[in-house]
Amino acid sequence: MATDITRLGVKANWRDLTEGMIIAGAGTSKDFNTGEWSTDKPEFIEEKCKQCLLCVPVCPDSCIPVKDMKRGAFDYDHCKGCGICVKACPFGAITMEGVK
Amino acid sequence: MAKRDRLSGNEAVAIALRQINPDVFPAFPITPSTEIPQYFASFVANGQVDTEFIPVESEHSSMSAAVGASAAGARSFTATSSCGLAYMWEELYIAASNRLPLVLALVNRALSGPININCDHSDSMGARDAGWIQMYAENNQEAYDNMVQAYRISEHKDVRIPIMICQDGFITSHAVENIELLEDQDVKDFVGEYHPETYLLNPDCPAAVGPYSITDYYMEAKRNQAEGMKHVSQVVLDVAKEFEGISGRAYGLFEEYCMADAEMAVVMIGSAAGTTKDAIDRLREKGIKAGLIKIRLYRPFPASEIAEALKTVKAVAIMDRAEGYTNHGGPLGADVMSALYRAHADALAVNYIYGLGGRDIRVEDMEGVFEALKQIIEEGDAGETYRYLGLRE
Amino acid sequence: MSYNFKETMNKPERLAPGHRMCAGCGGTIAVRNVLRGLHEGDKAVIGNATGCLEVSTFTYPYTAWEDSYIHNAFENAGATLSGVEGAYKALRKKGKLNDTYKFITFGGDGGTYDIGFQSLSGAMERNHDLVYVCYDNGAYMNTGIQRSSATPMYADTTTTPVGSESNGKPQNRKDLAAIIAAHDVPYVAQTTFVQNFKDLHIKSEKAIYTPGAAFLNIMAPCPRGWRYNTPDIMEICKLGVETCYWPLFEVVEGKWILNYEPKKKLPVEDFLRPQGRFKHLFKKGNEYLLEEFQKEVDRRWEELKFRCSRA
Repeated sequence: MATDITRLGVKANWRDLTEGMIIAGAGTSKDFNTGEWSTDKPEFIEEKCKQCLLCVPVCPDSCIPVKDMKRGAFDYDHCKGCGICVKACPFGAITMEGVK
Repeated sequence: MAKRDRLSGNEAVAIALRQINPDVFPAFPITPSTEIPQYFASFVANGQVDTEFIPVESEHSSMSAAVGASAAGARSFTATSSCGLAYMWEELYIAASNRLPLVLALVNRALSGPININCDHSDSMGARDAGWIQMYAENNQEAYDNMVQAYRISEHKDVRIPIMICQDGFITSHAVENIELLEDQDVKDFVGEYHPETYLLNPDCPAAVGPYSITDYYMEAKRNQAEGMKHVSQVVLDVAKEFEGISGRAYGLFEEYCMADAEMAVVMIGSAAGTTKDAIDRLREKGIKAGLIKIRLYRPFPASEIAEALKTVKAVAIMDRAEGYTNHGGPLGADVMSALYRAHADALAVNYIYGLGGRDIRVEDMEGVFEALKQIIEEGDAGETYRYLGLRE
Repeated sequence: MSYNFKETMNKPERLAPGHRMCAGCGGTIAVRNVLRGLHEGDKAVIGNATGCLEVSTFTYPYTAWEDSYIHNAFENAGATLSGVEGAYKALRKKGKLNDTYKFITFGGDGGTYDIGFQSLSGAMERNHDLVYVCYDNGAYMNTGIQRSSATPMYADTTTTPVGSESNGKPQNRKDLAAIIAAHDVPYVAQTTFVQNFKDLHIKSEKAIYTPGAAFLNIMAPCPRGWRYNTPDIMEICKLGVETCYWPLFEVVEGKWILNYEPKKKLPVEDFLRPQGRFKHLFKKGNEYLLEEFQKEVDRRWEELKFRCSRA
């Protein structure tokens, strides 16, 4: 049984915490929106994209989803706006304020 | 059918382990516990167990690997002594806070320095606040019996706390005594299979162990951990009752020897209790009402039960086989005295430091302690409460 | 092992977003791409030494890991995974587990080269079937950029600060990959983020699927500690390789193999210049420091080529 982490907010009382602070399940960090950390975000210009996927592995935040061999829209809920993908794109399909 | 044999404490613990057949045993040698992994390695080499025996490169790693194995869902075990336990310090706390049921056989030995290989309790006493259950033995029979009961206590769903099964270095671990062993199948049936709930190698649901906890959670996490400790005493008693059914040997949280009408008592831990019983027998022949409380379960501490057992006693000597450097006594002394205070007990209490680094304790020494208690009762004053026994002045 | 880039990118993500590593962190780039070396259907238990990666990827109750994960302490990632792998063997032997699991543990250079060195050495020597991955950013970044034995010579760190009497860290970095290779384990490799991750992917897959102990040393730049322009991480890695500061090699069953030799070896100052931690080397009068640094890079590169030439 996966842990229901919605019961484990910072106001949770001691009885509600999981035994040994162990979490059953995986990938619960998706509920934590690191996208709020920055306002500068990369922009995806789909017309220019050749679906080479070179931007995918360079993202430290797994924010470029791939489905059926094609990348989708940025995950702005989690993107921290580091700008690495902008430099990785050979076709100018990703732009961001301040990153050349 | 029980089998009679003549074994050392280390061999007895190793045989209990063979009967239990744990899943993973990481081990590192240190005197005087080394024989436990040695005996066990020969069981592995001869196919008598199918345990993964991992001869690691340090005690820190033996406990780290035991934590990893236990978190993974395996029944895990390790053994150590003295500096080995000190080197595991950090891991003791982690094993306990992760609520991992695992067993550590501790063969008590003095901590350095100066380096010394003989018995005292400074190693386990230092670890008394680590969140482990601590259980002590007077002799090899008790060491064996406690080992057989260990996993039932530690793995209990209301507990899930690691347990330290302690015995006195050399005095118990190496001295050969008569012992009664249980049949292999009886031990296997008693201990049963291990069924963890949330663990790393659960194919149906992954698990994440060992988080970073921000301040919002840390204190609640510690309180949550303490809850498990609250259930230990009852589980220890329940398991002991069931164990009596297969062995005929009864155990409690502590043993009371001649306490029913005792006017003066000694509270102590470990092998010196046998010596104390001999002293009490001599004194009883002279009509002196002396008694003993020998602690089996030290963590959690059965405070109210001990205070109750000492209710009618006029004077008590609490014997610490470890220094506390508090200028007023050792750890057991502090625990018993605070139990007496909370129970509004009338007994006058003194605290002795004895047996450090293997210093012998004789029947005459314990008679001397009771003589001092007699004097305290007569004078109605405990006098100096922080005393040494067996020290050259 | 072949490398189909697009198919590799199409694999399910095994490190979820929402972790709290810094923007532009090289550590999680390493993790994501190592985990792509796992075959779909195979389960894994991931270990982790204390460090940035641990405090940021499993901040209660948020785990970024899509596989089972264990953090124990700073210095014992090797021993902890030894125990997990031992549990796997025991449970398989006793018929309690049928699934295939792989074991991968991550540690920063502090947890690997320094405090976790003994535990790592033990795990390697015992040849547990696991992979230890060091994401090497050359300092204790989590505690605020203190020097480690992986820190390169002359780097300005908070415990080797540049001052009137100091040019940064006086010592050279420890050659950990060579030390682990001397343990005679089946597989050791060094890599970083170059060639569209082909080198890193192939080495990860080999490390994961080679029976026995394997070690990967991955240069994973830290924008805070190295003080370069964050978006430039891929360029920094490329310069590390093209200057032969961070050569790509592997040691397979004791045989040293050089995986890449630049057509034109660039001067190491090209790698150092974009990094604020080496700014002082470019001051007038400090040319001799750059020469010393270049000499050390050359010496190590020649030594590596010599090792790899002995087939």
